[in-house]
Amino acid sequence: MTVTDELVSYEDALATYDPVMGLEVHVELGTRTKMFCGCSTELGAEPNSQTCPTCLGLPGSLPVVNAVGVESAIKIGLALNCDIAEWCRFARKNYFYPDMPKNFQTSQYDEPIAFNGHLDVALEDGEIFRVQIERAHMEEDTGKSTHVGGATGRIHGASHSLLDYNRAGIPLIEIVTKPIEGAGARSPEVAKAYVAELRELIRALGVSDARMEMGQMRCDVNLSLRPHGREKFGTRSETKNVNSLRSVERAARFEIQRHAAVLNGGGTIVQETRHFHEEDGSTTSGRIKEEAEDYRYFPEPDLVPVAPARAWVEELRAGLPELPRVRRERLRTDWGISDHEMQSALNAGAIDLIVATIEAGAPADQARKWWMGELARRSNEDGVELAALPITSGQVARVCALVADGKLNDKLARQVIEGVLAGEGDPDAVVAGRGLAVVSDEGALGTAVDEAIAGNPGIADKIRSGKVAAAGALVGAVMKATRGQADAGRVRELILEKLGAEG
Amino acid sequence: MPGITREEVAHLGRLSRLELKDEELDHFAGQLDAIIGAVARVAEVAGEDVPPTSHPLPLTNVMRPDVVRPSLTPRQALSGAPAQEQQRFKVPQILGED
Repeated sequence: MTVTDELVSYEDALATYDPVMGLEVHVELGTRTKMFCGCSTELGAEPNSQTCPTCLGLPGSLPVVNAVGVESAIKIGLALNCDIAEWCRFARKNYFYPDMPKNFQTSQYDEPIAFNGHLDVALEDGEIFRVQIERAHMEEDTGKSTHVGGATGRIHGASHSLLDYNRAGIPLIEIVTKPIEGAGARSPEVAKAYVAELRELIRALGVSDARMEMGQMRCDVNLSLRPHGREKFGTRSETKNVNSLRSVERAARFEIQRHAAVLNGGGTIVQETRHFHEEDGSTTSGRIKEEAEDYRYFPEPDLVPVAPARAWVEELRAGLPELPRVRRERLRTDWGISDHEMQSALNAGAIDLIVATIEAGAPADQARKWWMGELARRSNEDGVELAALPITSGQVARVCALVADGKLNDKLARQVIEGVLAGEGDPDAVVAGRGLAVVSDEGALGTAVDEAIAGNPGIADKIRSGKVAAAGALVGAVMKATRGQADAGRVRELILEKLGAEG
Repeated sequence: MPGITREEVAHLGRLSRLELKDEELDHFAGQLDAIIGAVARVAEVAGEDVPPTSHPLPLTNVMRPDVVRPSLTPRQALSGAPAQEQQRFKVPQILGED
């Protein structure tokens, strides 16, 4: 990072140029075993403890494809509205690099299992942008390198490298878009929204956890600029392994500004891979891209073709879950909330929690109120995900039920939730343990109301003369006297009754 | 007939990490020419109705269930490694200084 690239402002870049993007997303499948052998894919195992002759590329070993890997690829293809190949082969992508002990990666070349699809993605303001999908194909992950002897683990200047092949051979699905055109200044936002939607989709399909911070989903951002009005694409750069939604957006934005500066200066863009830097959002040059023919792709002779029966494909299609965007829109309508509120719930990771709370018997508005209010606040404060808070949707639903039954008011309900989060047990246990029941003993409430009326004769007179709105002050006095444990609605009824006013 | 040049053989040699001497370039260029010529003759007789054969057996969809099988132990996995460190395969420098 010795060279600082010149940039032009984002607005100036967009005034002259039209960005075209291609996004390549790799998803590590959540299968139990690798794509072509029975080695476990479990994370966290000690180095080189999950390898065998096949994934080490030892002579005489033969790969056999993982049926769940193929099934997952078809599911992803179908969810992306792709055609599913009637017949396709694997291919060897030949290259010498120590992360692949076989000296080739088993992939697919001109016969991907899924092709010609699209994914509709929702932007922040609710606008829908359709991203065309070129293909989704099956391949395998590489081993993990540790570079030793250079500065901070970088490959440049390292004296040697160490390889752990536990990850080599884990199934990957590579999903490639067609050129994304016409997004203009919103290109970085489209890129981010696409990856976010894809992640939701992959999770809904149950084929991977798609956790980007764990490398289970990674995005390459290919980007080029062309002057407005020109048809022909410019030369692209390929920013590799961008590992968060925010980074995808930043990488696209940086490359737009960098390309524009190069082109404005009369220079040409070099087709190369680039590395993204999380610290400052910049990219730096990697290696010059090898020509595709240098990979000398040829059909993998050790694996027979995959020809998914149409009946199987249709069975998988019929079993697809509701797509995340469609589901969100249905829930949004059911709950009667705005696009923006739904977006907040999505960003907070609250949607599934709210759904589960409703399924456990809570009304939608109550379920949403607690998760997006008190609990979202706690999750922010504690810096943990909402789902990781020590409270279940069933417990939240129970709190809602206690409020609905008049056994708790909002203030007490908050204390109950606090108690559950503090590990004091279920809501009922917290109510019992803290003695938090609403005062519903009519005799005790009546006394408190009488005292409030006696102590505030002026307000009482106003209410008697019909100014019902003034009752709030007396309700407040009663709530204070009962330390918040009264049912405010019932208190108000009693006040109006005693003063002969109509609510 | 296709003509394989010395430069093409040298390029393939680099991609395959094979160190080829000058006289070998000429030698292999001639041999590769003969091989490609032979394959080209097959292409002449194969009509549109004959699909290219990549797999001699008429099999498709050979798959295995997603069931874990025992792996090698790390010691076994590393037994053929020319060098190792921290239970990992040790390989020489991949890239030099920029």
